[in-house]
Amino acid sequence: MYTNRFSTFLSFVRKECYHIFRDRWTTIILLIMPVLMIILFGFAISTEVKNAHIVVLDPSQDAATHAIVNKLATSEYFTIDRYVYDLKEIDALFKKDKIGMCIVFSERFYENMMHSGDAHIQLIADGSDPNYAYTLTQYATALISTYQQENLFQNIKLPYQIQTDIKMLYNPTLKGAYNTVPGVLGMVLMLICAMMTSISIAREKEMGNMEILLVSPLKPITIILSKTVPYIILSFINFATILLLSVFALKVPIAGSLGLIILISCIFIFVSLALGLLISTLVNTQMVAMLISGVVLMFPVILLSGMIFPVESMGVFFQWLAKILPANWYIAAIRKVMIQGLGITSVVKEIIVLLSMAVVLIAVSIKKFKVRIE
Amino acid sequence: MYKETHTHEEHLSIVAQGLTKRFGSFTAVDNISFNVKKGEIFGFLGANGAGKTTAMKMLCGLSKPTSGNATVAGFDVSTQSEQIKKNIGYMSQKFALYEDLKVWENMRLYAGIYGLNDNEIKSRTDEILQQLDFQNERNTLVKALPLGWKQKLAFSISIIHQPDIVFLDEPTGGVDPAARRQFWELIYQTADKGITVTRTTHYMDEAEYCNRICILVDGKIVALDSPKQLKETYSAQNIDEVFRLLARKAIRNQ
Repeated sequence: MYTNRFSTFLSFVRKECYHIFRDRWTTIILLIMPVLMIILFGFAISTEVKNAHIVVLDPSQDAATHAIVNKLATSEYFTIDRYVYDLKEIDALFKKDKIGMCIVFSERFYENMMHSGDAHIQLIADGSDPNYAYTLTQYATALISTYQQENLFQNIKLPYQIQTDIKMLYNPTLKGAYNTVPGVLGMVLMLICAMMTSISIAREKEMGNMEILLVSPLKPITIILSKTVPYIILSFINFATILLLSVFALKVPIAGSLGLIILISCIFIFVSLALGLLISTLVNTQMVAMLISGVVLMFPVILLSGMIFPVESMGVFFQWLAKILPANWYIAAIRKVMIQGLGITSVVKEIIVLLSMAVVLIAVSIKKFKVRIE
Repeated sequence: MYKETHTHEEHLSIVAQGLTKRFGSFTAVDNISFNVKKGEIFGFLGANGAGKTTAMKMLCGLSKPTSGNATVAGFDVSTQSEQIKKNIGYMSQKFALYEDLKVWENMRLYAGIYGLNDNEIKSRTDEILQQLDFQNERNTLVKALPLGWKQKLAFSISIIHQPDIVFLDEPTGGVDPAARRQFWELIYQTADKGITVTRTTHYMDEAEYCNRICILVDGKIVALDSPKQLKETYSAQNIDEVFRLLARKAIRNQ
């Protein structure tokens, strides 16, 4: 009897896979979507700059200025366009819209730096595009600070202080991808587990299959488990895709323990499945299931997770709303572990919150499911 | 398999006594009693909301009666719903086949649910495909089949595990008269094999094909007899007339 039941379960899982893979568009969307999201949020919607052309005005031409220029040139953010010898040339170059920034060193830079501490660097950027200009100067400042730290440390006072911004610490060049990867992970797992599970159960109801299954000797728990298994597998595939893309394409390293990231993701997948299950007990059609998961789950995650707009600058109501979204807790935990490289002790709170959400959601949906059968 | 049987009721598939279902103050099914013989085609006839579906749900073990009791295939609906589920088949008007599964995959899936082993599944599948003359459609996706074919397939699948009783809830909705006639032929073949067929319908002409029909009005049985006998009793031309005569007394909104 046991093996019999298990083979029934397997044939159900297989059936669910047919639903996914026999519909070409479903397959394409489910497998390609995470890749698109990473590309979209990682490259397209990004404030970060690559290979901006800069101009150098260096009357000193000494060891220090060469080292700093070299540091900028070897980073992937800047390309040295040319050297100029007069400030007047710069204006013309900016007007021709060819360069992003100009770096101007003071005279006898190295000598002054070592003795009087009175060496200056001026960064000139095109303020007509404030975001771009701000980003460029931030990058350059960060790189110069690094040079300062590495080489000179003590008795020198460059006009730049070491930044104490947390983002600078773990993300020295303000790479957008550091913020994007945890966000996309949260979104994709939520989408696959909650949305797809609720839609696929709603489909059984809409087509009348659920009625037949409830009249059959099959246990409701078998029906539900077999419907979730393919989406669990799918979300692991997506999870791996996103991590690989982020490490190799976006160059976001995994700073913390991979095992911990997987553990947190498993808990989150569980929460999302429970949420999908709850939605499916409330609705009867695929359309409504899709709308509810889209409007209630996706938009808040995109808008309130801090991926695009910082939550700290929102009103109290939205901050509260952001707190009850499971995805936000997940994204916060992943940020801590993956980007900041923190251990399990620093994400205990997130894990507890996610686990309690899972318990509550499962309890409510089981209750709802039973009521419906009766 | 061990089955609890009552010797004097051995030829009966369904025995209902005072079966009642209330939802709050609303009485959906009001104290109905009837017997259905083995191999009989038994029809529940009634307007929407008359209690047909609720009565059927109680007999399938999906819904517990508020009072009264019933046995289906020898099992008590209140306490032995798991055993009942193994011994009945069910088909609704939605047909409930998986559209993106092939014909044989649908068969295998449902057969597996009822615990048939691989050999049984294979022989039943071949048997059904032959009976329906569907041999060429074995590997066709169900969504590519015409509606009438889907209906016949859905019915055959609902009895793939050879249950004692099959419940059909408005199974002929939306199909043309020719397909309905073919479907009835299939029902007769099934009943000849000793499987009891219980069905609900609101097509009056279809009611004539049943061995006996039970007319429900406001959750109560107002008539129960063979179509021929009912027409005689109410001196009517057809069942439609009988039904109009009886349903006139209905209080409940449709």
